[in-house]
Amino acid sequence: MSEYEAVIGIEMHAELSTKTKIYCGCKNEFGGEINTHCCPVCTGMPGTLPVLNEKVVEYAVKAGCALNCSIANLSKQDRKNYFYPDLPKAYQISQFDIPLCADGYVDIPLESGTKRIGITRIHIEEDAGKLLHDASDTDSLVDFNRCGVPLIEIVSEPDLRSSEEARVYLETLRSILQYIDVSDCKMQEGSIRCDVNVSIRPKGQKEFGVRSEMKNVNSFRGAIRGIEYEIARQTALLEAGGQVVQETRRWDDAKGESVSMRSKEEAQDYRYFPEPDLMPIRIEKETVEKIRQELPELPHVKRARYVSELGLPEYDAGILTEYRPTAEFFEAAVAAGASAKGASNWIMGDISRILKEKDILIDDVPFSPQQLAEMVQLIESGAISNSAGKKVLETLFESPKAPKQIVEELGLAQISDEGALQKMVQDVLEQNPQSIEDYKAGKDRAIKFMMGQVMKLSKGKANPQTVNALLKEELDKR
Amino acid sequence: MKITEKEVDYVARLARLHVQESQMQRLTQDMGNIIAFADKLGELDTEQVEPAAHSIVVENVLRADEVQPSYAREDIIANAPHKQAGCFSVPKIVE
Amino acid sequence: MELLKLTAKEAADKLHSKEVSCAELTKASLEQIKAKNESINAYITVCEEEALQQAEQIDAKIAAGEAMEPLAGVPYAIKDNICTKGVRTTCASKMLGNFVPPYNAYAAERLSKDGVMLGKLNMDEFAMGSSNETSYFGAVHNPYDLDRVPGGSSGGSAAAVAAGMAYYTLGSDTGGSIRLPASFCGVTGLKPTYGTVSRFGLVAFASSLDQIGPLAKSAEDVAYIMNRITGHDKMDSTSLDIAYPDYTKALQGDVKDMKIALVREYFAGADAAVDASVKAAVKQLTDMGAQCDEISMPITDYALPAYYIISSSEASSNLARYDGVKYGFRAEKFEDLTDMYFKTRDEGFGDEVKRRIMLGTYALSSGYYDAYYKKAQQVRTMIKQGFDKVFETYDMIASPVYPTTAFGIGEKTDDPVKMYAGDLCTVSVNIAGLPGMSLPCGFDEKGLPIGLQLIGKPFGEETLLRAAHAFQCATDYHKGGAQA
Repeated sequence: MSEYEAVIGIEMHAELSTKTKIYCGCKNEFGGEINTHCCPVCTGMPGTLPVLNEKVVEYAVKAGCALNCSIANLSKQDRKNYFYPDLPKAYQISQFDIPLCADGYVDIPLESGTKRIGITRIHIEEDAGKLLHDASDTDSLVDFNRCGVPLIEIVSEPDLRSSEEARVYLETLRSILQYIDVSDCKMQEGSIRCDVNVSIRPKGQKEFGVRSEMKNVNSFRGAIRGIEYEIARQTALLEAGGQVVQETRRWDDAKGESVSMRSKEEAQDYRYFPEPDLMPIRIEKETVEKIRQELPELPHVKRARYVSELGLPEYDAGILTEYRPTAEFFEAAVAAGASAKGASNWIMGDISRILKEKDILIDDVPFSPQQLAEMVQLIESGAISNSAGKKVLETLFESPKAPKQIVEELGLAQISDEGALQKMVQDVLEQNPQSIEDYKAGKDRAIKFMMGQVMKLSKGKANPQTVNALLKEELDKR
Repeated sequence: MKITEKEVDYVARLARLHVQESQMQRLTQDMGNIIAFADKLGELDTEQVEPAAHSIVVENVLRADEVQPSYAREDIIANAPHKQAGCFSVPKIVE
Repeated sequence: MELLKLTAKEAADKLHSKEVSCAELTKASLEQIKAKNESINAYITVCEEEALQQAEQIDAKIAAGEAMEPLAGVPYAIKDNICTKGVRTTCASKMLGNFVPPYNAYAAERLSKDGVMLGKLNMDEFAMGSSNETSYFGAVHNPYDLDRVPGGSSGGSAAAVAAGMAYYTLGSDTGGSIRLPASFCGVTGLKPTYGTVSRFGLVAFASSLDQIGPLAKSAEDVAYIMNRITGHDKMDSTSLDIAYPDYTKALQGDVKDMKIALVREYFAGADAAVDASVKAAVKQLTDMGAQCDEISMPITDYALPAYYIISSSEASSNLARYDGVKYGFRAEKFEDLTDMYFKTRDEGFGDEVKRRIMLGTYALSSGYYDAYYKKAQQVRTMIKQGFDKVFETYDMIASPVYPTTAFGIGEKTDDPVKMYAGDLCTVSVNIAGLPGMSLPCGFDEKGLPIGLQLIGKPFGEETLLRAAHAFQCATDYHKGGAQA
C-alpha cells in the first residue's frame, strides 16, 4: 500500500467591508429585511449600469500588497455568463485574464517551521443574491440584498499538503485581511467562503493527481473536514483500484460528506468577455507604493516582535497577534504600564475565558486597556493579590471603573503592614502548639497549615510573602 | 466555419433558448450563412493588433463609497411575474 | 394642419411668444396620432392624459412668465427602449410587454423637465433590425409609402416626426438605428459621439455601440435637442466628463474651407438615385466653399462582420437577464427552473432576437472566441485607426446612409444576411464611436427620401451640425412633409 500525499489549492472569497456595494450606492450590510438593500442597478433592471466603488479597488490593492502580489498597472473587468436565479443580470462582473493582483505569497507558521504558500491572483467581483429554499414547498425565493456586495477572490497555488496546512493558511489569510481592515471575515455572516481543490498522489510523485473541486464551503471547519473527507475518499478510491474523476462536489456540512454535482447540463462555458459598461482600471506605481507604506504591521511581523522585543513565548505571541483587536488591546495595556507578561497572561487567561462565556469579542470588552494595565500594576506591586485581581476583573466586566476604586469598594487591598500581620501570626501560633511541634520535627506541611490559618484570619487579604517570612521568623525564635 | 445541428443545439442550450425540432434545420442554415458572412474577418492579419473593447476609452471611472438610498421593496419586486413574501419567486430548486 | 408642419424650434418660438399654447400643440399632436397611428403604427404607448396635464402646467408657467429652456413645452416622444418612470417600456418585445420601470433614463429625465411626452415609440424588437419589422407590436409603416418600411430600428421615432405625430423624438443607434430610419423617412437624425449622451436607462442592446440621439425636422432642432440631452452622468461609467458645448452656436458659420472626404467603399452598391443625390449634396457643399476629395478606406469591407459579431456577442449577454424571474414575461407551462428559462425565452423573444443571441453566444463560446469575438475587437482597432488617419486631413466624411431608399415590407425578412448587408455605411461609425448624422438630400423617382450621412471626428458634432444647417438653409429636402 503506497502512501499518498494531498495537493490542495484554495480559492477564498472574502466580502470587503466597504460602506456600499461594488457597483451601486446600496448599503453593504449584513442582515436587513429581505430585498431592502436593493436598487435597479443591483437587481439588474433593464438599462441600468454599474459604476465601480473606488474603495473596492483600494481594498483589493491593499490585500495584494499584504500578500506580496504585483499589482497590475492596467486592469479590466469581465463578464462571466451563466444563468441562476440569484444572479439577476445572468452574468457576474468579475475579472478574467487581468486580475488586479497576481504572483504573491504568504508565509504560514507550521510546527515544522514557516512555509511559503503561493498566491496565484486576487481579483474583484460581485456577490450573488441569496436563495431561500425552505420558505415554501413549491418555490425557492430570491433575496437580492447580498447582490453586488464586493468580494475579493484570493486564489492560492496548489502548495498546501494537508488539512492542517490548509487550516493555518486560512487562519493566516483571515488574520491578514482583518489586520489590513478590508474584510471583517465573519464566517457566520458568510463573509468568507471557499472553493477547495483537492487531489492526491503517491508520495514522491511529481505529477498532480486528478482533482475534485468542492464549491461554496462556508466555514473553515467545513473546509478542513471537507479536505479530510476528500483525501479519505480519493485514497479509498485509488486503493480499491479505482480512479478519481475530475468533478465539482458540494460539501454537505450537516452530513459531513461531499456530494458530486454531476451537472445536469453541459460543461460550464462562461463566455467571459470584457465588460463593455466599465472602463479600465489604471493604478500608478506611486499609488501602490503609498498603499504599501500605509499597511499596518502584519500579524507575522508583530508576532516576531513580541518574541524578540517583549520576550513573550512564541505560543503567546501567536495567540495575541491572531486577531488584530486583541493585539491592539494588549499593546495599549503595555503602553499604559502593564508588564508584557502580566498583560499577556490576563488576556489569554481570564479575559479570554470570560469573553467566551459571554460570547463576545475583545472589541466589545467594556473596560479599557488602561484599566487592565492599572489592575496588573496593582498586582505586580503587591497591593492586591492575584485572586483579588480576578475579582477586580469580574467587576470590570460588569461596571468598568478605576481598579483602585474597585479594590477600595470591595476591600480587596492586601495587608502588607507587618505590625498587623505580626499580631495575627502570633495568635495563630498560640492557638496551634501542635503545629509548632510538627514544624520543629521537620514536617513541611505544618507551616502551610499555619499560613492558611493566617490567611483565614485576614479574610484572604494578607500578603502571603510577608506572612511566610513572619511565620518563619517567629517559629525560629521559639 | 461550418456549423452543425449539434453545435446549434449546444449554443442554444448555453443561451437557454429552446429550439423546436421543426425550426432546427432553418436555424442551422441561417446560422451557417451568418457565420460564413462573419468568416470574412479571417482574411485580415490581426496578429499585431490590440483588441479594443471600447471605442472611446477613459480610465478609472470610479465612484466614492457613499451610501445612496435604496429603493422601496415594492418597487424592486413590482414587475416580478411571481413574487411571495417580499421575494422574487422561482420554481423550487433541488440542490 | 399648419401647426404640425412647424419644426420644434418654430413651435417653441410660437409657444414662448404666446402665439400658441402648449395645450394646442399637444392636442394637435395627439389628434394627429389618433388619425395616423393605425396606419403608421409609430406608437406603442400614447400618454394622452399625462401629456395634457403636463401641457396645462407648462401653459401656467408660461403665463406666469417663468424662465424655461428653449424647447420646453414642445411635445416629443421617446423610443420604447428608453426607460420612462411609471410608463411601460417594452423594447417592442413580448418579453418586456408589461415592464414599468421605477426610474427614468437620464435622457428621459432631462427632457421631462418642462416637457410634454406624448408616448413611447415603436421599434425593432430590442433595437435589432434595419426595417422595424421585428416589433412584437407589428411593423411600422413608412409615412411616404405605407407599403414600405420606415427603416430600423428607430422606425417609430423617424415615422412619428415625418408624419407630424411628434415635434421631435429620441431614438437609439447601435449600427445605424437613428440614421437609417431618418434617411428612409426624410427627417434629420444624429447619432452622437459615444459617451456624450448617458446610456443610463437605455435598455442595452450592444453596450459598446449603443447611443441615444435625436430625430427631428431640421439640423437646428437637433442642435437644440442635443443641448437638452448631452452631459456627464455619474450613473454611466462610459459617460464622458467633458465640457459640453452649446450646440446651437454651431449653427452660425459656414462650410468654407471645410474638408470633406468621400469614401469610395460607402458608395459600393448604392442605387443610381442614391449615388447621384448624395454626390449632388456634396457638390452643393463644395459650391458653398467646402473642399472635397474621394478617398478609399479598405477596412470598411470588414466593418459589417465585425459589427454583427460585436453587437450580437454583447447582446447575448445583455439579454440573458430576461429569464422570467424579475420582470416581464414568464412562460405559463414548464417543468422546472431550467425548463422555465427555456420556455420563457423561447416564447418571449422573436426570431431575429434569437438569431442574434445565438450568433453572439456562439462567438463567445469556448473555442470560437479568438476567431470571432477577439478578431472583431481587433478589427475595431483597425477601423478606428482608419478613421484617425482620415481625420488627420479631413473634417468629415460624406456618404449615403443606405444603398437604397425604403424597401418594401417583407422584402428582406427571409434572408437575414441580405438584411444585414444593407448596414455597411452606418456600422463603422458605431464601431469607432464617432458622431454620424443623417439628413435628407433628395428623393428617388418614386418620391422616396434619400439621406446624406455626415461622419465627424469624436466630438465633431458641431462640425456636422454646421454643415447640415448650412445645407438645409440652402435646400428644401428636409421640408419634405409626408404628413399632413
